[in-house]
Formats: sequence, C-alpha cells, structure tokens
Amino acid sequence: MIIAEQKPLKEIIHNLEGHRNILVAGCRSCVAICLAGGEKEVGIVAEALRVYGEMHGKLWTIEEITIERQCEKEWVREIQAVVSSKDAILSMACGVGAQVMQEIYPDIRVVPGLNTSNMGAPEEQGIWREKCAGCGDCVLHLTGGICPIARCSKSLLNGPCGGSQNGRCEVNPDSTPCAWDQIYHSLKRLGKLEFMEQIIPPKNWITSHSGGPRLIVRQDAVLTPEEKAEKGVPK
Amino acid sequence: MKAGSNLERVLESGNFAVTAEIGPPKSASSNIVKQHAQMLKGYADAFNLTDNQTAIVRLSSLASALICLNEGVEPVMQMTCRDRNRIALQSDLLGASALGIRNVLCLTGDHQTFGNEKGAKNVYDIDSIQELMIFKQMRDEKRISGGEELEEAPKVFLGAAENPFADPFEFRVIRLAKKVAAGADFIQTQAIYDMDRFEKWIEGIRERGLDKKVHILAGVIPLKSVGAAKYMKNKVSGMIVPDEIIDRMKKAKDPKSEGVKICVEQIEHLKTVKGVHGVHIMAIAWEEIVPEIVREAGLYPRPQV
Ligand code: SF4
Ligand code: SF4
Repeated sequence: MIIAEQKPLKEIIHNLEGHRNILVAGCRSCVAICLAGGEKEVGIVAEALRVYGEMHGKLWTIEEITIERQCEKEWVREIQAVVSSKDAILSMACGVGAQVMQEIYPDIRVVPGLNTSNMGAPEEQGIWREKCAGCGDCVLHLTGGICPIARCSKSLLNGPCGGSQNGRCEVNPDSTPCAWDQIYHSLKRLGKLEFMEQIIPPKNWITSHSGGPRLIVRQDAVLTPEEKAEKGVPK
Repeated sequence: MKAGSNLERVLESGNFAVTAEIGPPKSASSNIVKQHAQMLKGYADAFNLTDNQTAIVRLSSLASALICLNEGVEPVMQMTCRDRNRIALQSDLLGASALGIRNVLCLTGDHQTFGNEKGAKNVYDIDSIQELMIFKQMRDEKRISGGEELEEAPKVFLGAAENPFADPFEFRVIRLAKKVAAGADFIQTQAIYDMDRFEKWIEGIRERGLDKKVHILAGVIPLKSVGAAKYMKNKVSGMIVPDEIIDRMKKAKDPKSEGVKICVEQIEHLKTVKGVHGVHIMAIAWEEIVPEIVREAGLYPRPQV
C-alpha cells in the first residue's frame, strides 16, 4: 500500500490561503489504513479548519467527503455535484489521488493535505515500513524476498556495506535493520546462500524513474473507440 | 603490469607495501595537500586522497590526486558511488588516467546523512563491486559499461576496501571474493584493533586462496587520545575497538606516544600475518605522525622498484 502522513495543520492552512469554499476530500484506501486520510482523519481536519476559521475570522466554509478511491476516475467523477460549488479541494489522498482529482476537476485548485512517502506495509500498529521503490525490474528472487533497492539505504546489490553491524543499518541503527543482513539470513534459511556469491551486474534503471514517467499499456485490455462509445466512457 | 604504478611494482615485487591517507581540505586551497605531500614524500609507496570522506564537502579527490602528482608523490584516488552515476564515474576515471593517476580505490561511500549536506540526493547508481567490474572492463577490454569501445583504455591499478568487522561476519570473506572476482588488484581494510577477529577473517581469505589473487593491505589508525578511541568504538560504524586498547590509552601518561606505540606494535604484528601484503595508515587529521610510525615500524626507506 501507499504510505502517507498528514501535513502539519499550519502548512495546510497556509496553502489554503485565499480560498472560501473548501472541500476536504478523503480516500478510504491506503491512506485510511495508515491513519492519514480516511473518513476519520478527514473529519478531524475539517473540524480543525472550521474552528481555526472561526477563531481567526476566516470567511471560509469547510465541507467534507470521503470516497472509495481517489486514484480512480470513476469514483472521483461521482462527487461532481459536491465539488462544483468549491474553489479548492484539500485532497487527503496520496499524491496519486490528488492528481487524479485535479485532472477530473481542472478548474478547481487541489491542495495536498498529505505528504506521500512510500510503498510499504504496516509493521505493527502505528508503524509502517517502506518495502518497494517500484524500480520496475524486480530482483526479489535473488535476495530472499527482501528488497535491496528500497530497504538498503545505499540500494546496494552485492551485499552489505562496511557499516552493517549487529543486524542494523549504519544510517539509522535504532530504527532500520540492515537489509543485507536480513537478505543473508533469509537466503541462509532458504538454503540459497550461493546467491550471495553471485555478482549482480549494474542495474538497468531505465525501468525506474530514471527512464522518465512510466507507462504501462495492456493492449488486450485497452478499449477500442467503438467499445468506449458503447460503454459511455468519457473522453 | 596492469598500470605500472609504484604501488603495483612494490606489491608485485613481493615487498611489504605502505600506503597512507591524505585528507583533502574543506577549502579551495591546494596548500594543505601540497604540504602534506612534501612532508610525507618517501614514507609510503602511494597516498590515498579521500573522496568527500564521511560525506563532507572537500577538495575533490581528483584535484587532490593531481596536486600530489605534481609534487612527485603517487596518489591513490578514491572514488565513491554515492555522488556520481556510472557516466560521471567512468568519465572521471578517464580523466584521472589521462592526467597520470595510476591507482584508484573503488568505494560505495559513506551515506550523505553522516556529512554536512544531509539533504543531498544520493546517487548509488552502481555499488563498489559493480564499479570495479566496470573499471576493469574499461582497462582490460577497452569498453565502457554500455559496451562502446574506447580509443584508449585507462591505465589503473584497481583497489577496493573491505571491513572485516562488519556483519554478517561469515559473509565478509565472500564479499572480498566478490570484489576480487569483480577486478580488485589490491584491498585496503578498515582499521584493525580487534586482531583476533582480523586473524579469523584472514584465515578465511587464505582458505579460499584469495591472498594469492589480491594484495591485502591491513588498515591501521594511530590513536591520539582516549577520546578518539572511544569515539571510534561508539560512533564509527563497523569498527570494533577492544577495551584493552581503551585501557592502555586511558592509563598512558603521554597518550599520543602511546597511540604511536600501539600502532607500531600492530604493524609489527601484521608483518608476520600470512596473507597481509602491506599496511594502510589512516592518520586522520594527524598526517604529520606518519613518518615516525613508518620509521619505528622498520619500514623506512621505502623500496625503489
Ligand atoms: S527490486 Fe524493485 S520492484 Fe522489486 S521490491 Fe525492490 S524496488 Fe520493488
Ligand atoms: S548497513 Fe546495510 S542497509 Fe545500511 S547501507 Fe549498509 S548494507 Fe545497506
């Protein structure tokens, strides 16, 4: 899932400067699970903005809504009636949701309410850890199912650096395990330690962001113009 | 001979080699490097010019290496993967070779959060093992990593670092084997204080016959004070400093000379360890002590080969 956290309220207020009719829009997917932008958080932020507005004589009205997924056009389109009367949307979705919102409502300013961090997973209640950097050329089969790109601070591909000690990463020993120490132990458990001896050659980063924004096209799934017309898909 | 550097000749002729470190200054002045080069000339076979060590912005290792060269002192230019992608690394290697720099040390590099540009965007396009592979290919096959042919290959003796004290310990020998397979001609190790663990490591190296394939230069750091010893024990990642050494420094009347004494003892011992082909002295911000250490350890004058 995508992990995000709320921007400080002060920053949100600053970024909303000059707007009158504001919609706080949440998302029930990833950001709800990481307690950043779900229905509950939307309620709290909206209320905080109302109280702030009253205390500081701001003439703004704050409305709230939370949809299933802000990253999908269908869901975003469904709130047209609520959105049309607004001059700003505080998107409490990840950066993807916020951008889809802007795409569907190009004339209304979308302001991000969250800082989108990474692709990760909940580790335990209240703790989330990055797992994948979306490099587009997965090597997990060689590394015992632990990602060296996202989870090693230096994205090393050939084993731990000289700073790996007691299973911790030198960059953040208190909070970060050394990914390569974990890879080593995982491969050992799996009886595949010989993978550690293989030299992994320089990575082709063209499949990562280094190749520019990525686009995936599944020809078999793309609708023809006729099919689009038939289904009433907006252009 | 792969590059014909002085260091390569000393090692290939079977002599016990000495390398030492010169830290480039945090300024645009060439004076400090010049002074250190003049002062240390003749006391080591080659001198490492660190590449923005601990991620602190300093005079570049390429420029510092050239300053040394102009002083008649042989450089080992350090090149980290932290700040440059494979285009810049290969370009700098060609530049270094064109300028007459004949030794290069391939390093991953300390993470930028340790330095004075914590907010920097790091690169880590390739790791040190891949850097070795690429440089070796450039030298031996006259091809860049992308495959295109070079009109003239760089002439470089390739080094790498290894830390026998990092974890997982069982993997450290394998990691060295990978570096050798990737193209390392010589290895400089992290500073050794824990001799037992070092000996265990080098035993693993010998078992695999790696000491026959690569020259290993054991790293030493002379201690200036008990504070420095404690700092290294607690703050420098991947470093083990036994309490016995801290005690000796604590009890010493003159900590500096005790530090030199410990260092010389370590070198004397390392000379007897099978598989060790030299020492690498890292007198960080204490370069002027190197001549004394080299003399005391019976390693002066350096061989003319
Ligand atoms: S190797 Fe790439 S795709 Fe696979 S988990 Fe790591 S970043 Fe994600
Ligand atoms: S300590 Fe481990 S995780 Fe951290 S940078 Fe080094 S190899 Fe990567």
